Amino acid sequence: MNRLIALIMALIAAPLLAQSAVPPAPYAYTQLADPAQEAQAADLMLTLRCLKCQSQSIADSDAPMAGDMRHQVRVRIERGESPDQIRAWLVERYGDYVSYEPTVSATTWPLFAIPALLFAIAALVLLRRLGRKRSMGSEGSAA
Amino acid sequence: MSDAVTDSDGFTYFGGKLFVWVPVALFIGFAILAAFMLTQPKDEFVQSQMVGKPLPEFELRPATQDRPGASTANFRDGKPKLLNVWASWCLPCIAEAPQLEELQASGVEIIGIAIRDRPADVAGFLGRYGNPYSRIGADDLSEVQLEIGSSGVPETFVIDGQGIIRHQHIGDIRESDVPMLLEKLREAQ
Repeated sequence: MNRLIALIMALIAAPLLAQSAVPPAPYAYTQLADPAQEAQAADLMLTLRCLKCQSQSIADSDAPMAGDMRHQVRVRIERGESPDQIRAWLVERYGDYVSYEPTVSATTWPLFAIPALLFAIAALVLLRRLGRKRSMGSEGSAA
Repeated sequence: MSDAVTDSDGFTYFGGKLFVWVPVALFIGFAILAAFMLTQPKDEFVQSQMVGKPLPEFELRPATQDRPGASTANFRDGKPKLLNVWASWCLPCIAEAPQLEELQASGVEIIGIAIRDRPADVAGFLGRYGNPYSRIGADDLSEVQLEIGSSGVPETFVIDGQGIIRHQHIGDIRESDVPMLLEKLREAQ
């Protein structure tokens, strides 16, 4: 009997309504009529971070806020703003973090510079070591 | 160089044999740093870059029948105010409701912005948890939220009498945050 009750309870359980019940923004899931503009908007969406679910771009996320951000991107593209302008508008409000695509800036340049520097050092050490070995080897064969 | 050592490969180590341990030490140091940083809680808050800047222009319809809507002009009457970004579907907003009441009781004007909400839900929430707001604007597309650099609900902004954003509080207002917000409001005078 208890099992039956538990089964019935499990069947009628509805997950709590965690998000808003309001329909998504008009351009959250609707593409722009002009394919060229839509392509521009879609490319930009892949490079913007969803602020609610921070390991996804707004193109990947189903969070309502990501939908509202996609709406902003599409409406602004349709209005004639360039992707760079829209990105700058968001960075002005949320900082570099909103950019899902890493960009070189005052705080992020070491991320790009350090690997390049390490490669250069490794190449230098290898060249020195291998170059010396080879010259020693040729001396040895000559002797 | 007296402490230079040449090994069987003909490679010279400056500073003696000990020098070869430097990369190993660097690697171990890096591993310890990485292990430590991985155990640290991640800061998931995205701070608004709009603090110190004027409130962007907006004009929102009323979110419920018994309070007027909200616009930027409401914040330019010379008195510092709180701008509370919330929603009836947001659970932490229930947790901060008593603290908002407390702030309102101590003479603070609180203007609400309800994100993606329906008038009936807003009225239901206010009926259950109290209504500390003088005005509530409905932000159906999160437009104002995006304009002020807010990334979730609830968030509370301190706005000075000229409509400049002075402070952002992310998350629900706890009992311990009330004196801090009152202080920020006094600083914004």
